[in-house]
Amino acid sequence: MRKKLEFPFTKDKLKELRAGDEVLISGTIYTARDQAHKRLVEMIDRGEKLPFELKDSAIYYVGPSPARPGKVIGSAGPTTSYRMDTYAPVLLDLGHSVMIGKGQRSDEVKQAVVRNGAVYLAAIGGAAALIAKSIKAAEVIAFEDLGAEAVRRLEVEAFPAVVVLDTIGGDWYEEGRKSYLGEMERSAI
Amino acid sequence: MKELKAAEITEAVERLCIEANSYLGKDVKTRLSECMAAEPWPGAKSILGRIEENIAIAEKDFVPLCQDTGMACIFAEVGQEVHIVGGGLTDAINEGVRRGYTNGFLRKSVVADPIRRGNTGDNTPAHIHYEIVPGDNLKITVAPKGFGSENMSQIKMFAPAAGEEGVKDFIVDCVRSAGANPCPPIVVGVGIGGTFDRAALMAKEALLVPFDEKNPDPYYAEMEDELLEKINRLGIGPQGFGGKTTALAVKIKTFPTHIAGMPVAVNINCHVSRHREVVL
Ligand code: SF4
Repeated sequence: MRKKLEFPFTKDKLKELRAGDEVLISGTIYTARDQAHKRLVEMIDRGEKLPFELKDSAIYYVGPSPARPGKVIGSAGPTTSYRMDTYAPVLLDLGHSVMIGKGQRSDEVKQAVVRNGAVYLAAIGGAAALIAKSIKAAEVIAFEDLGAEAVRRLEVEAFPAVVVLDTIGGDWYEEGRKSYLGEMERSAI
Repeated sequence: MKELKAAEITEAVERLCIEANSYLGKDVKTRLSECMAAEPWPGAKSILGRIEENIAIAEKDFVPLCQDTGMACIFAEVGQEVHIVGGGLTDAINEGVRRGYTNGFLRKSVVADPIRRGNTGDNTPAHIHYEIVPGDNLKITVAPKGFGSENMSQIKMFAPAAGEEGVKDFIVDCVRSAGANPCPPIVVGVGIGGTFDRAALMAKEALLVPFDEKNPDPYYAEMEDELLEKINRLGIGPQGFGGKTTALAVKIKTFPTHIAGMPVAVNINCHVSRHREVVL
């Protein structure tokens, strides 16, 4: 099913989403990948104020290519999410609610998703020129020294993604594959 | 003896880096549309459609297909009659990479040290492989390699007793455990034989073989077809959401090996299967 997901990403909206749903995301999201996650968690450990409000926030795992002159951003597809698995549960437990990336997550992340009523969405890996079209504004707000890995605030419009982990423990990487194989078996009989 | 100017080589590499990141080969595009037609699963078809849309946008706007514009893997076939003047060949290639990634607004993804990290700021050094060949040409292939798929690659030193079945199971298992991570549909490059390092190199070189070029050895041609079919029965599908199209191609390269060994390397590439070449 195709659904809309609009900022702010409050938990009551996320409850409506099911693994396998196609969503179009609009509003404010933040970017962070390996190094930025490490720093965010270190800041939390030290009790410092984070560069953005974690509660009901969406974080997109991306390190975009540089913007051409006059452009908002370069190509901007998802990076592989498992590298954020050590850090994600810490952020989820503090109210962060939507993760956007690609690829399988650890059991710890899956449990943190259900425990907190959060979701994990997958963007299409490699479709970075297409995804960039849905990004209307981009601004570096922290860790500028990290270059592509800096934290950016993005304004997105109809950003395409698919729900992988939902609030009730669904996992589309498992279910999608199973339902396809099941269907193939049935039609082969 | 043919003279080639280092500056000319730099210029060619700069251009190839930029073009390789925006334009996919015809073989990849053709195979994608064939897979699209043969894909029975509606969700998978829709993802393949988005991937085709992405290719069209990258081509039209001349922007990178993927934000991970990769580590520059470069294969240089140097004719033994070529004389390079005005600088060293390796320096000339690295300068081309530096300019390509800077002037082409490509992402700089290379860190100076594997453990201590620290971005080099210009995507150098490139990973360069040289081969000396007869003649007076210099052929350069630039293959930017993303690490979402590179990280899912594996190598194993088998005992010869593992045989054909052992090799095939390993390759299919490698794809199975990679799952959604390498941005399927993928390309599977396999190197069998040689030594530890030779197997890995062949696996990467296999990724450069055009999809429509049949393996010259009928035994391996058949194995490629069989593996592709097996992999596409796993059900992983585009992006791992289920479907038939898990791999676009399986390509195998081999080399004689030692009586005691059978190295097998599997190098996985994503659907953004980039490489461009020039002959100078
Ligand atoms: S695996 Fe390929 S398509 Fe996926 S993010 Fe990396 S370079 Fe891009």
